[in-house]
Amino acid sequence: MAQTAKELSSAPKAGNGNRNTNEVVIDCNISELYYGKFKAVRDTRIPIERNKITAFIGPSGCGKSTVLRCLNRMNDLVRGFRFEGHVHFQGKDIYHHSVDPVAVRRYIGMVFQQPNPFAMTIYRNVAFGLKLNGYEGNREERVEQALRDAALWDEVKDKLHTSALSLSGGQQQRLCIARAIATRPEVLLMDEPCSALDPIATRRIEELMLELKDSYTIAIVTHNLQQAQRAADKTGFLYVDTTQGGRTGYLVEYGVTKQVFEDPKEKHTQDYIHGRFS
Amino acid sequence: MSANIPDQTGGPRESISRQPTFIEKHSNTVFGWATYLFAWLTVLLVLYIVCVIGIQAAPAIRDYGWGFITGTTWDVNAHQYGVLPEIWGTMYSSLLALVIGALFGVAVAIFLSEHFLSSFVFSVGKLFGVQFHPLWAKLPDNFERILKNLIELLAAIPSVVYGLWGIFFVIPLIRPVCDWLNSNLGWIPIFNTTLSGPGMLPASIVLAIMILPTVSAISLNALLAVPPKLREASYGLGATQWETILAILVPTASKGIFGAIILAFGRALGETMALAMLVGNANVISWSLFSPANTLAALLANNFPEAGPKEVGVLMFAALILLGITLFVNMVGAFILQKASEPQEGVR
Ligand SMILES: Nc1ncnc2c1ncn2[C@@H]1O[C@H](COP(=O)(O)OP(=O)(O)O)[C@@H](O)[C@H]1O
Ligand SMILES: [Mg+2]
Repeated sequence: MAQTAKELSSAPKAGNGNRNTNEVVIDCNISELYYGKFKAVRDTRIPIERNKITAFIGPSGCGKSTVLRCLNRMNDLVRGFRFEGHVHFQGKDIYHHSVDPVAVRRYIGMVFQQPNPFAMTIYRNVAFGLKLNGYEGNREERVEQALRDAALWDEVKDKLHTSALSLSGGQQQRLCIARAIATRPEVLLMDEPCSALDPIATRRIEELMLELKDSYTIAIVTHNLQQAQRAADKTGFLYVDTTQGGRTGYLVEYGVTKQVFEDPKEKHTQDYIHGRFS
Repeated sequence: MSANIPDQTGGPRESISRQPTFIEKHSNTVFGWATYLFAWLTVLLVLYIVCVIGIQAAPAIRDYGWGFITGTTWDVNAHQYGVLPEIWGTMYSSLLALVIGALFGVAVAIFLSEHFLSSFVFSVGKLFGVQFHPLWAKLPDNFERILKNLIELLAAIPSVVYGLWGIFFVIPLIRPVCDWLNSNLGWIPIFNTTLSGPGMLPASIVLAIMILPTVSAISLNALLAVPPKLREASYGLGATQWETILAILVPTASKGIFGAIILAFGRALGETMALAMLVGNANVISWSLFSPANTLAALLANNFPEAGPKEVGVLMFAALILLGITLFVNMVGAFILQKASEPQEGVR
């Protein structure tokens, strides 16, 4: 298992100068994905590129979260989850039977729709991942850096040892981002991170994502088209196919954000972007 | 109000909003007062019980005072009464039962709340590539539900049945182990007597089983009440199942678990029949797990039937002490619970 973990992290880190522009960090290829008997997603191939923000858009229930949660094996927690295809992280199949899902989640962090800080102090929230990874170095320094990166340090530096639940929703969400990046994972998955937040907090998180993309690779699900346009480099549009009786989501179009929004190739994409259905 | 609403006559689209009627308004108030009344009646009932026992115990309190609590002999003929061994036995047996019962109870609650059984069955199935047919995919879940109900059923078994089971099953079962521990590790105070039948350990084991349903049922509810998003957060950071349970779930549910343990402790302190049958009824203060002992509740149960008028007062004194201990434990528990539930502003 330890060897696997080493392999997972073997590729050169980003930000070392030699930034390979179109390098694919996660190559996601889902041919069929089931929850029990229900076929939730089919034919979805999305490459997630290094130091870019990749957005997933689409009507609700089309499987955006499902695809995202596939990328760090969060779906393994769902009983009856089954999946055909592969997800390669830095060239290694994370669904190979020798790979521990727990290890995958340590390299591919996640921020959820609802802010979900633990009922402990701000400091201990951020240090949680450090503890899990048995980090022996200077934890205070790491916590501070993570909070600075998440643009939260100035607001909480005087109350690190108060309960995280006393923060506002937007602060809590930034705390969750800090918690996710404290261990410096390779990739950050964000599932509608702003949907529970007001517009000002939303803008802060967007600015934050743009800052973070220098050192991380980000994949984000959003139902906010402006947000995708403002922040994302690449965009994938998923749509739900009801022709075969079920409600199976699939990838309609993937490309550079500007192209997807200004010159979509597919009719479904055009309709969606112009608000002709939801 | 109604004047502003356009006048519509009849038809399904007519507004049917109206002011609450006199009865609707006032039944609300009446209901409020009724709940107040019943709440205070319970308080009064407790006070009344304390008063009655206190009045009956008054002569004994006057005659024996503190000596009753510190005395170690109980001799009806010599009119010598002391309940220190019983206080000791009550606390010792309850704490011992609590340690055993809380460990098992919380373990059972975790087992059920985390669906260990179903995940095991499903992961084995997955290993062999078995598809889950809806007909039997629910089987492990149902089995878990049955298990949960069975454990709650433990609370429905009469105390005297537990006592008999303890005498005819638990004591013979543990005797060889106790003998071995006594002969090999007898230098440790808790093993330094032999088990001659009834004693502290069998009593505590049975007591632990009796309080297990309380601990597990309330802890299970507390664990199930932990928001699923916290589980997700923990797994999402790369925590294993055990790290999630120990670092997130149990601490988040700790308030409920602690409440369960206090409640169970209160039950254990007052448990009577099974202990009267199993504890040995000997006025002994000993650390030994195998030594016979006595508890306040067992003392009362054993002595009331043949008590003369004078002894009744003495027993009432003992009852008052038992009541005091249980009330004290429950109050401390409530206090700690309240402290724990306060938002931790400014605390490390
Ligand atoms: N844990 C689950 N178990 C069963 N079905 C699920 C589960 N999660 C999602 N689904 C189903 O999968 C489909 C896609 O859901 P989701 O990925 O959450 O959509 P989106 O995030 O695009 O709104 C929906 O039809 C939903 O009902
Ligand atoms: Mg979603």
